[in-house]
Amino acid sequence: MSDKKSNEQVPSSATEQASQVDVEKRKFLIATSAVGALGCAAVAVPFIKSMTPSERAKAAGAPVEVDISKIAPGTMITAEWRGKPVWIINRTDEMTAELAHHNDQLSDPSCEVTSQQPSYCKNENRAIKPNLAVIVGICTHLGCSPTAKLQANGDMGANWTGGFFCPCHGSKFDLAGRVFKGSPAPINLVVPPYKYLTENTLLIGVDTEEKA
Amino acid sequence: MTDTKKSAATSKLDSALSWVDDRFPLTSNVKAHLTEYYAPKNFNFWYFFGSLAMMVLVLQILTGIFLTMHYKPDADLAFGSVEYIMRDVPWGWLIRYMHSTGASMFFVVVYLHMFRGIIYGSYRTPRELLWLFGVGIFLCLMGEAFFGYLLPWGQMSYWGAQVIVNLFSAIPFIGPDVSEWLRGDYLVSDATLNRFFAFHVIALPFVLVGLVAAHLIALHEVGSNNPDGIEIKKLKDKKTGIPLDGIAFHPYYTVKDMVGVAVFLIVFSVVIFFAPEMGGYFLEANNFVPANPLVTPAHIAPVWYFTPYYSVLRAVPPILNSQFPGVAAMGLSVLVFALLPWLDKSPVKSIRYRGTLYKKWLAAFVMSFLVLGYLGTEPSNIWGQFGSWLGNAERATVVARIATTVYFAFFVLMPWYTKKDKTLPVPERVTG
Repeated sequence: MSDKKSNEQVPSSATEQASQVDVEKRKFLIATSAVGALGCAAVAVPFIKSMTPSERAKAAGAPVEVDISKIAPGTMITAEWRGKPVWIINRTDEMTAELAHHNDQLSDPSCEVTSQQPSYCKNENRAIKPNLAVIVGICTHLGCSPTAKLQANGDMGANWTGGFFCPCHGSKFDLAGRVFKGSPAPINLVVPPYKYLTENTLLIGVDTEEKA
Repeated sequence: MTDTKKSAATSKLDSALSWVDDRFPLTSNVKAHLTEYYAPKNFNFWYFFGSLAMMVLVLQILTGIFLTMHYKPDADLAFGSVEYIMRDVPWGWLIRYMHSTGASMFFVVVYLHMFRGIIYGSYRTPRELLWLFGVGIFLCLMGEAFFGYLLPWGQMSYWGAQVIVNLFSAIPFIGPDVSEWLRGDYLVSDATLNRFFAFHVIALPFVLVGLVAAHLIALHEVGSNNPDGIEIKKLKDKKTGIPLDGIAFHPYYTVKDMVGVAVFLIVFSVVIFFAPEMGGYFLEANNFVPANPLVTPAHIAPVWYFTPYYSVLRAVPPILNSQFPGVAAMGLSVLVFALLPWLDKSPVKSIRYRGTLYKKWLAAFVMSFLVLGYLGTEPSNIWGQFGSWLGNAERATVVARIATTVYFAFFVLMPWYTKKDKTLPVPERVTG
């Protein structure tokens, strides 16, 4: 880069000598500078690539099995999948019934943003079995883990119908992980791919095969 | 007898000095930057903070070197190694508290230094580049503070890094790849800690020191501004060529700055010995809990020096299902300082000769900066909610939105109100 500049400055500072410029030598200098710049760019690639996730990091994303037999109705547990918290919430019937009642307050009540849940969870409960919700507990705003405020009202105010509150920037989600309007978070929480191995065991990280 | 001895010694020193000068421009550099660098004679209180910032930089580098002798940049060992420094390393607690307090004090003096530049118009022609180097130093400093804060691997370290790295994923299209590249993993992990350590202890300090050198070289080329905002180089002594209102930096200002250093070190020591955590503002309580990727602390806030920008981020609502506007607003709230030299159209530089219109805007800006700073340390429901007439909006969020608007209006409207402002005539020579 700096080579090029100094090459250009020589003739411009002595314009009367412009006719005496050695065109051949200048072409040669421009060509060598260009090749040098290409070389620098090429050697930058390994350095930049070295900062991407390593093979070890890539290999760490195996599916996890979770025992769900001990989650009492109205409570939840947190599992770890790919280093992220995954909430498994055993919603009561009142909780699931409430889900249909506040659609007008949600940004995306019918889950139109398809990246946020597998197709078999694009339903009103965002779940395979209506009561059991499986949600990645990472806020879609800037990646904090929201705090569970499962019970209605409480310290969240009189209009709260139960859900999750992100302590970082105040995003609010309902018990299906759908984001309330006015939150900094733009879209619903992610529902991970999962399937039931048995009645009481979930496998998180593997899709349920869909019936054709 | 003693006289002859003395003069013999002096002449030996002289010849040694000229031996060096023949090989390295020592004397000429000392003259150019110290003994014959003429600074305006009317420097006041506000002019302490440049030299103080430099002293804090040296302190941070020094304490940092000693901390790296005991610290381990490994997700399994980092938290423990910091506790080890605090408990088992002889005087480790002092060195660590000097470093952590130094980070906050760095921002204290730099903010005051920047405010000085704003009120006296130190960014105006011919000091635009000087100002831009300064903005670069400020950005570097923010980077240092951010990377350094991850190293203790506490809860605040972890979730702070998580949020800041995710800011990049808000960039349309390339965002998610950029933040994954920065982390080196799919979440903040050992890989992230290790590279942040590299940035914190070697990459950014190099850039920082380079920028400080450029800042000083630019300063000594154009000369210091002063509280009157007039150019002392315009009126020079005809014989000597020394500005009439200039005095040599050394000894006059080195002595003055040493008084500032003494006072600063008293304050610094009081903080280190009596309030190193500063009630959670310098070192946050949650950072005494090891990082846990599964649980975000109930109340999360950045360290105080980032809170104004954090408030801006929180104040801007998502637009078109994207959090990018908030992130962009936050970035702009920092970068907008770089535009000051071109936004200010006033015929005068110093606040002393500006009219009330500018002063009102500046006061509004300072107020909004402080309000945003305060709100950033608190959860967004701190002041409760408005009634249903405002859709139950959170009071603090509404106030933060107003303050954000004022913050940006100070810059955006500057070309207009600085031109319209009724200024006072500027004196020929410096006053008071």
